[in-house]
Amino acid sequence: MINYLWLVPALPLAGATINAIFSRKLPRWIVSAIAVGAVGASFVVSLLAFFTLQGLDEHQRVINVPIYSWIPVGEFRVDAAFLLDPLSALMLLVVTGVGLLIHIYSMGYMAHDENYGRFFTYLNLFVFSMLVLVLGNNYLLMYVGWELVGLCSYLLISFWFFKPEAAAAGKKAFVTTRIGDFGFGLGVLLIFTTFGTLDFAHVFKEAHELFKPGAPVITAITLLLFAGAVGKSAQIPLYVWLPDAMEGPTPVSALIHAATMVTAGVYMVARSNVLFELAPLSSEVVAWTGALTAIFAATIALVQMDLKRVLAYSTISQLGYMFVAVGVGAYGAGVFHLMTHAFFKALLFLAAGSVMHAMNGVIDMRHLGGLSKKMFWTYATFGAGALAIAGFPLLSGFFSKDEILAAAFGTNHLAIWALGLITAGLTAFYIFRAFFLTFRTTPRWEVEHHAPTDSAHAWRGPHESPATMTAPLVILAGLAVIAGYVGMPKVLGANFLEGYFEPVFKPHDLHLAASTEWMLMGASVIVGLLGIATAWWMYEKQPDLPVKLGKQFSGVYNLLWHKYYVDEIYSAVFVAPGYKLAMWLWQFVDVRIIDGVANGLGYATAACSRVVRGWQTGYARAYALMMLIGTVIVIGWLMMR
Amino acid sequence: MNFPLLSTLIVLPLLGALVLLFIPRANDRAIRYFAVLVAFAAFVVSIALFVGFRAEADLQFVERVAWIPQFGIAYYVGVDGLSILLVLLTTFLMVIALGGSWVGVTERVKEYHIFFLLLEAAIIGVFVSLDLFLFYVFWEFTLIPMAFLIGIWGHGRRVYAALKFILFTMFGSTLMLVAILALAFAYRDLTGTLSFALTDLWTKPVPLGLQPWLFGAFALAFAIKVPMWPFHTWLPDAHVEAPTAGSVILAGVLLKMGTYGFLRFNLPLFREAAHQFAPVIIALALIGIVYGAIVSMVQRDIKSLVAFSSVSHLGYVMLGLFVFNAQGISGGILQMINHGLSTGALFLLVGMLYERRHTRLIADFGGVAKVMPIFAAFFLLVMFSSVGLPGLNGFIGEFLILTGAFIANPMYAAVAATGVVLSAIYLLWMYQRAMAGPLTHEANKTLKDLSAREIVLLGALVVFIVWIGVYPRTFLDPIQPSVMDLIGILR
Repeated sequence: MINYLWLVPALPLAGATINAIFSRKLPRWIVSAIAVGAVGASFVVSLLAFFTLQGLDEHQRVINVPIYSWIPVGEFRVDAAFLLDPLSALMLLVVTGVGLLIHIYSMGYMAHDENYGRFFTYLNLFVFSMLVLVLGNNYLLMYVGWELVGLCSYLLISFWFFKPEAAAAGKKAFVTTRIGDFGFGLGVLLIFTTFGTLDFAHVFKEAHELFKPGAPVITAITLLLFAGAVGKSAQIPLYVWLPDAMEGPTPVSALIHAATMVTAGVYMVARSNVLFELAPLSSEVVAWTGALTAIFAATIALVQMDLKRVLAYSTISQLGYMFVAVGVGAYGAGVFHLMTHAFFKALLFLAAGSVMHAMNGVIDMRHLGGLSKKMFWTYATFGAGALAIAGFPLLSGFFSKDEILAAAFGTNHLAIWALGLITAGLTAFYIFRAFFLTFRTTPRWEVEHHAPTDSAHAWRGPHESPATMTAPLVILAGLAVIAGYVGMPKVLGANFLEGYFEPVFKPHDLHLAASTEWMLMGASVIVGLLGIATAWWMYEKQPDLPVKLGKQFSGVYNLLWHKYYVDEIYSAVFVAPGYKLAMWLWQFVDVRIIDGVANGLGYATAACSRVVRGWQTGYARAYALMMLIGTVIVIGWLMMR
Repeated sequence: MNFPLLSTLIVLPLLGALVLLFIPRANDRAIRYFAVLVAFAAFVVSIALFVGFRAEADLQFVERVAWIPQFGIAYYVGVDGLSILLVLLTTFLMVIALGGSWVGVTERVKEYHIFFLLLEAAIIGVFVSLDLFLFYVFWEFTLIPMAFLIGIWGHGRRVYAALKFILFTMFGSTLMLVAILALAFAYRDLTGTLSFALTDLWTKPVPLGLQPWLFGAFALAFAIKVPMWPFHTWLPDAHVEAPTAGSVILAGVLLKMGTYGFLRFNLPLFREAAHQFAPVIIALALIGIVYGAIVSMVQRDIKSLVAFSSVSHLGYVMLGLFVFNAQGISGGILQMINHGLSTGALFLLVGMLYERRHTRLIADFGGVAKVMPIFAAFFLLVMFSSVGLPGLNGFIGEFLILTGAFIANPMYAAVAATGVVLSAIYLLWMYQRAMAGPLTHEANKTLKDLSAREIVLLGALVVFIVWIGVYPRTFLDPIQPSVMDLIGILR
């Protein structure tokens, strides 16, 4: 079975290649059959790989699968080789599983798009890239996947490139994440010069043997790697690209900018857990970055009116949770939340897409409302997702978030725990605010208002989406509800995940008393319910209240509404001066100084030549004669010496 | 193998040029087809060369015939790992360049193709010469056809650009001639015989007092050619005014004569001086990387943007060569090829736009991807190859260079790596403005997508762009022994 592991990424790559070349000539059903079939088959192979791995003895659950020798230069050798272990196996299932559902959903969502084939080409290419990232058995191959998912993100954000905002957002995403990758790349180089290899197995083994906790070089490596994670997983200060990424088609937001790609940073830190364990300072930085990002983004989400942007800031905030987890050493909890978040956030995005589909592209909540009566499945599944992310008891988000908060508490990160707890309340509030504004409350749309002039495509009011879209919603809703049971707290039952990860992560026992665990759980539940209740009160019961509050606290409201003016600050501090510097270098240094000197030399030569103008007869043979004489003199002089 | 493959490679284009003289001027098509055929034949010969090349450090396919024995000058050619890929690149890009002139060049078609074939012979001569005098002759000979190509078939200020190109290059190469002579005579002082053969000159260390001067003279000639900052200002002018195929060859191959010169002569001949000067060269390379990238960002003309980006990319090559380790030098050599492919392809793409719209200003475009989807797909791919995206060629070269630089001094790598971020900015921003967004200009709404001929040309480039990215060993393995040999000399 393991010999066929290469099929997992190869199938989507084949799908992408075929559709890239032929999709313009093929009917749509074949295009989607190829794309969905490729990811579906990849999912099946992933399942087989997962169960094969489970069938093995615990210590044998780390399998390296070499493919070919990629770059051998001097002592620098990197292979294209895959690593199958419990961590990558779980990621395979998440990527291909959620990927498959989103491919199916896209068949309905993109049905009317003229670039149907191009969309599925990119989508398959993304799945391939993400699988390379997850499967690579060394830092360079991980970096390859890391950059390729960035490419796909760029291509898909600017999928509707004729919209200026989409084109700008794609570029912003690629460039911003590349700033982080600058650090990641240097981190990879430092790993090579430190260990002489980039293979995970060797690096981790030697790190263990050669370095003590707190070794400066390990701290440097981990901080540089984390810079990449900050970019890719949209943390402070590089998160700014993710909200703009919502310009892409909604399935893309669900797959790339919620469920999979943005979690790459968390995966990378979890994968490098041996190194981070040796760098307490870096881990502290990771945890604090996560905690601050979590609350920062959650506050912005409180007031946004664009449903997808609420979800985008929510994603940033939830990624913050995951970094808290891996930062305090609870790697299993981080990956657990990565998985549950993949389910409920993909669900929320796809449901939002279903709303857009129904509302003819409208996503501003000021023009939504009352949709529960028009689209039951979307409404119900969004509700399930909202409950899950709000940490409603016994749903998936409840378990995974609770485990993170318990880990923060148990490792004496009380301030981070408090921030996480507050964020949990904010999360419950903003997601139910969105829920009520979209599906409940009085409708703020009119059919005539949106109707285009040509009647063939006239919008006839919101309607439930086709089965290709609602079926994935239902499946994801199911997962969002039940997926948490694999990682239940010990006071409630057996925790499957903890043992599952054992060969990759050291078991993380917090030694919390049962009473403390109950207390922590109780606190999260109370805060979550409080958030939900407040949202209900403010938007369902007292719809005038938010406006009044906004007026009364207009300073705070504006600060949040304008997202703390971070984009404006970046533009003033980096973009504008950068442009000025570039213009100055070009117009002044290049044209005036360097060319000025060159021209000056030219004029000086011309001035001298006036003296010897008599020699300038204008006849080529005369010049040739002079050159000959000159050469003879030089050679003669050299020979005479 | 006894068949004189290298001489065939040099003579073939010359013969082709000769035959072209006799094809009637009116017979446009015959001239074009014949020229492409000759270039293609040369490419096939160079493939035979590459296939027959053993992955060993010694010079192969050597031919040596006395030319001016009194002065120890010989027709002496051969290839090793340092030059083999450049020969392959030259013959490949020549086919692409000539195939890319189908529509763009309509006047004096005959002379145009004659100059191109002459240029090809001269460039191959530069890369295979093992006699310094012969090298110099070929080196200077490349100037003439290139200057004519810019001056006659160029745009706008073409005469100014051609003159600037000649003057800058001549300024450097004159000093190089003096240095070549001094080197030969220094050898005579030590051995009693005069020789310009590289293999002879290698054997006797150049006197330490002389080394810095000779290194400097060679370095100046090569640095102008590369071009290294601050000798780069001729390049944007030459590129902007040159015809498309001229730009492809200029960026793709001619600039590599400079980096190759450093590799072939400066490093092995003046070992001590090379170590002495390395910090200076590296500093200039790093400035070039950052400076070229920053200035690229604000260019309004796509061609001058690509020209400045070349300054940045060749800064990488120079950095790689002067960190004196296997990763840096291998990466440097590979990056020469990568830059030839990616930048050659970029110039070809810009040329295709120019042929359709007769402008290269970014502001004149916008939304082109909508009407030219196939063109846009190629543009994206080539752009990301230039940005150094893994899976494509540029990444392998850049990463090896950065590895080599990091081993030498992490600060070098840190400065150079900013170029990775900056290249994404200037290229993606250009793409955003030219290719994405709404179709703002009426003239762009009727643009035709690529023809079959154009797809074949770009497709051929893309094959190598992907090949090197996915399986670089085809090209890395043969050059390894020579690189290790050179490192041995440098240590």
